[in-house]
Amino acid sequence: MIQAVVDGVLTGGVYALMAAGLTLIFGVMDIINVAQGIFVVLGAYLSYVLSVHLGIDLFVGLLITMPAMFVVGVVVQWVFISRLGERERTAMSILATYAIAIMIEGILGLVFSDNYVELNAWYVTRSYHVFGFYLPYIYVFGFVLAAVLLGAIYLMLYKTRFGASVRASLQDRSAARLVGVNVDRVATITFGIGVAVTAAGGMVYGATNSFNPNTGYDLISRLLTIVILGGLGSIGGALGAAVCMLVLEDVVAVVWSPVWAPFVFFAALVVVLSVRPTGLFGRSSARAQ
Amino acid sequence: MTAWTHRSDLRSSLGRSRRQRSGLFALVGTGALVLAACGSSSAGGGAPKSNAPIVIGASLSLSGDFSADGQAFDRGYQLWAAYQNAHGGLLGHKITLDIVSDASDPAQVATNYQKLITVNHVNLVFGPFSTLLTVPASKITNRYGYAMLEGAGGAPLAFAQGLHSIFDVSAPVANALIPFAKWIASLPASERPKTAAYPTSNDPFTEPQLPVAQKILQAAGVRTVYSKVFPSEVTDFTPIADAVAASKAQIVLLGSVDVPTVSAFIKAFAQQHYNPKAFIATAGPDQGTAFASAVGASNTEGVMVPNAWYPGATNPGSQAMVASYVAKYGGTASGVNADVAEAFSVGQVAAQAVEATHGFNQAKIIAYLHSGVTLTSVQGPVHFDALGENTSATIFAFQWQKGKFLQVLPVADSSSSKVEFPKLAWGA
Repeated sequence: MIQAVVDGVLTGGVYALMAAGLTLIFGVMDIINVAQGIFVVLGAYLSYVLSVHLGIDLFVGLLITMPAMFVVGVVVQWVFISRLGERERTAMSILATYAIAIMIEGILGLVFSDNYVELNAWYVTRSYHVFGFYLPYIYVFGFVLAAVLLGAIYLMLYKTRFGASVRASLQDRSAARLVGVNVDRVATITFGIGVAVTAAGGMVYGATNSFNPNTGYDLISRLLTIVILGGLGSIGGALGAAVCMLVLEDVVAVVWSPVWAPFVFFAALVVVLSVRPTGLFGRSSARAQ
Repeated sequence: MTAWTHRSDLRSSLGRSRRQRSGLFALVGTGALVLAACGSSSAGGGAPKSNAPIVIGASLSLSGDFSADGQAFDRGYQLWAAYQNAHGGLLGHKITLDIVSDASDPAQVATNYQKLITVNHVNLVFGPFSTLLTVPASKITNRYGYAMLEGAGGAPLAFAQGLHSIFDVSAPVANALIPFAKWIASLPASERPKTAAYPTSNDPFTEPQLPVAQKILQAAGVRTVYSKVFPSEVTDFTPIADAVAASKAQIVLLGSVDVPTVSAFIKAFAQQHYNPKAFIATAGPDQGTAFASAVGASNTEGVMVPNAWYPGATNPGSQAMVASYVAKYGGTASGVNADVAEAFSVGQVAAQAVEATHGFNQAKIIAYLHSGVTLTSVQGPVHFDALGENTSATIFAFQWQKGKFLQVLPVADSSSSKVEFPKLAWGA
């Protein structure tokens, strides 16, 4: 039981890393990015290439993969998202990002085939022994990485001039334009940052799970659940929701039955939304932070 | 994953919506095909005109959840067709394959076979990958009187339909763990493990296997300390694997359908410093380099898997097939997937039935396959019972030892190496 709680907290950190970009992009741009799952997989494959072919450590490799994914995000935003009309932006974004996901999946399939791969490093199968419990290095490192990156995003949002522009865009795009914020530029950079953070999530995911180009579909429903529960646009909410959901799921799997764990995961979303439609840190409260 | 396997398909809500949409297309498509079928004969098959190629239709998972296995099956069918064409084709007709993708979708696979039969008028049909897809496919082919020869739909669910026209050339799935269980039961009491864990995916491929082994082991005094089913949609295996580790079971029989499941358990076991004396997974460790690269070479040591074929099989036909595969697709012999052999076997058995019945009449082919005749394949002899299961198939168990994938069970088989027992610790 306690081991399940520990597992849930640590795994929650990994999911928060993967979900952070999703909630950031939605918060600023009203874009429901269903390509987030494939961006996770793309990040994992970039780490795979650096690790297997160049022998670069997974965490060191983030210094390359995160900027690379930032560029990918900027290009995707500029080529596909920026051309969506304002009126049906949110609805159309689902179709556009789904098309992007299909394209990236196809390219990954051509380059890497459909065989499953996994990221390996010396710390992937080792663990700390603390108070009778084993804490896997990779999950601990991943959790720390999540805390650092999410903290950095938080500081960027609330302690920088660019963050003020982001929050202004987040609150009211038209009003932000009126006060001189280049909303399109902010949106492009934010999309890039959201995708760049996903590279880190993809690396940790790839080190804890096998993946292939189709794996994105396994992830997107869970990531959407987390960001909705955490409140669309809330970085802290994503972390809190990810930890809560994974702890709940893991405890149910151990104490009750693994068969019911996924059901409880999604049932929790329904229960929370019926009581608090804006999620734990709902959109309005998130934007007022 | 061996071709006995299948994974339950829908693994995310997006995946569901994607498939629900494809299901809608499938429904519309099926309606159109039913209309088309109204004007076509349902006699099945039929002889091609002289010198015309014969067309064999199949639906395979070239994308989606089963894409790795589907593509391996595609190579197996293509390899057989090339081999057969090089040896005169079928009754003098050149063979052409009409393979369409079902995207691992049970609705799409039904539409595909409907189209192959009623629109494309194929002469023969070969099966798709997995029990999940074979069941809906065989309903369609049975409706039109076609013999459904397949190599990857061996779970009891496929035969519980009571169809007379389905034939699985591979080994029956439910018996897969019997050699392992009997071997454990045969160990001297002082060496025999005392406890066992049985985690399994809720899948028609895995679920029938574990109770059979559990019964044998419990009769031998091996106590069950963990026995739980987990959904195939699981993306985080850590709590389940940790619970197995906490049970301290001396042996683990894992009902897995793919490499990711086995890999997740092995990594969690290593992280928990849990080293069972024996670890066998129903699928995954047979995937050669894909498995080794996923879990790390040092973690393959001692891992076992049941199967009916492996690239080192001494059967001359098998060796020739492996050589042809390497020549055509590259790589090494050890990288040849068992799916390839299963697909190749389908073609071999079909060819023998066509030659024996001197034509492509489906009723005659079905009657011939049910006649009790013993046929040959790269996987060994094939003899169908009344249900269409191959009762002559021999099941082995294989084990990774020092980076090699070796046959170790049955112990009495001359090709078997000594079992590494207890297995070495993870990472050793």
